[in-house]
Amino acid sequence: MQRYTRDQMAARVARDIPEGAYVNLGIGLPTLVANHLPKDREILLHSENGVLAMGPAPAPGAEDPDLINAGKQPVTLLPGGAYFHHADSFAMMRGGHLDFCVLGAFQVSKSGDLANWHTGAPDAIPAVGGAMDLAIGAKRVYVMMEHLTKQGQSKIVERCTYPLTGIGCVNRIFTDLAVIDVAKDGLRVIESVQGLAFEELQRLTGVALLAKERA
Amino acid sequence: MINKIVSSVTAAVADIRDGAIVMIGGFGTAGMPSELIDALIAQGARDLTVVNNNAGNADTGLAALLATKRVRKIICSFPRQTDSWVFDALYRAGGIELELVPQGNLAERIRAAGAGIGAFYTPTGYGTQLADGKETRKIAGRNYVLEYPIHADYALIKADRADRWGNLVYRKTARNFGPIMASAARCTIVQVRETVDLGGLDPEVIVTPGIFVHRIVRVPASALAEPQAAG
Repeated sequence: MQRYTRDQMAARVARDIPEGAYVNLGIGLPTLVANHLPKDREILLHSENGVLAMGPAPAPGAEDPDLINAGKQPVTLLPGGAYFHHADSFAMMRGGHLDFCVLGAFQVSKSGDLANWHTGAPDAIPAVGGAMDLAIGAKRVYVMMEHLTKQGQSKIVERCTYPLTGIGCVNRIFTDLAVIDVAKDGLRVIESVQGLAFEELQRLTGVALLAKERA
Repeated sequence: MINKIVSSVTAAVADIRDGAIVMIGGFGTAGMPSELIDALIAQGARDLTVVNNNAGNADTGLAALLATKRVRKIICSFPRQTDSWVFDALYRAGGIELELVPQGNLAERIRAAGAGIGAFYTPTGYGTQLADGKETRKIAGRNYVLEYPIHADYALIKADRADRWGNLVYRKTARNFGPIMASAARCTIVQVRETVDLGGLDPEVIVTPGIFVHRIVRVPASALAEPQAAG
């Protein structure tokens, strides 16, 4: 079995983002997706601090402290890009104008509940940012995460044990082992990494999976 | 003659009293009005409630204000960052109250205050810890949480250019919370890189009309150019 690397996961997510899409990439792992978007597709990246058509990181020395992304890293603006204030930016998110968002996660439940903002640990300082707005606002919510925790437990669960970010909001899960759709009738495996049989994927996953539909 | 331009950051913040609710613009350090914050620190007002997206970066700006222990409460969406050690230590020691608000709800609560809205139903946060105890309502099959506006006594924001009527244009993503905070405060104080004559700003591109602005203070670019680490 060949697990996807972080970059392979990012490339796999990128494949499922079509021409013309408006997309928000969450901070952390999802940010990598930007590096893998097909060059022949025009895809506009939104960053919640107030920019559309965000470009790649600037050359060293060309950073502008007034031009950053949601992760507070320096970025650039593509020709045709725009700046706007926070209420407009979140109207884009909450008003259902973004086609896709890609979010990291601690857990996703079988009904598409998402937990990604807080471990709930007593000494943890909570921070939520725009995660809850993206979770409920984007037309389609992609989650990108390792299939298992470092302790080997499935991050796809019956019910989230971490505090929720949103209820029933996730559409598709991309892990280092598989791509899984949150469907009406359950979690449907779209594909899995080479050499990983459905039975083995099922054994590793916390909840019942539906096999790929035969073409 | 209307002239909102004041002579110094010190004069601009002189009347901020103890217990005031102060919105501070900026997302991280982009758009943070550092010189106004420094003036507020020197002025000495205490028992403040601060509204900002974050809770300070490194040891300057908002972090320096928090370090004075004159902020009783912070309302923000994303306090924990790699360089938020000032806030982290205060919070762990019980030295500051935190009201954590999803970022879009924070923006909309500020916008609502500026627009005279009494409250609004938002889908963000429904069914989560951050909506505990709040009124909810199902509208057209979707669940919403009732959220109230955040009004402020003062807003301290940073823009790029202004005229003496207080019309503002911003620079790149430093715009962030500026326009909505300007509308939500009883007194909006703006530091700008440059002031221009009336008519010097293209009316088609003015982002914040001067009606929302009360005081302008020019902070020359050299003082604004200190590089800030990302966080």
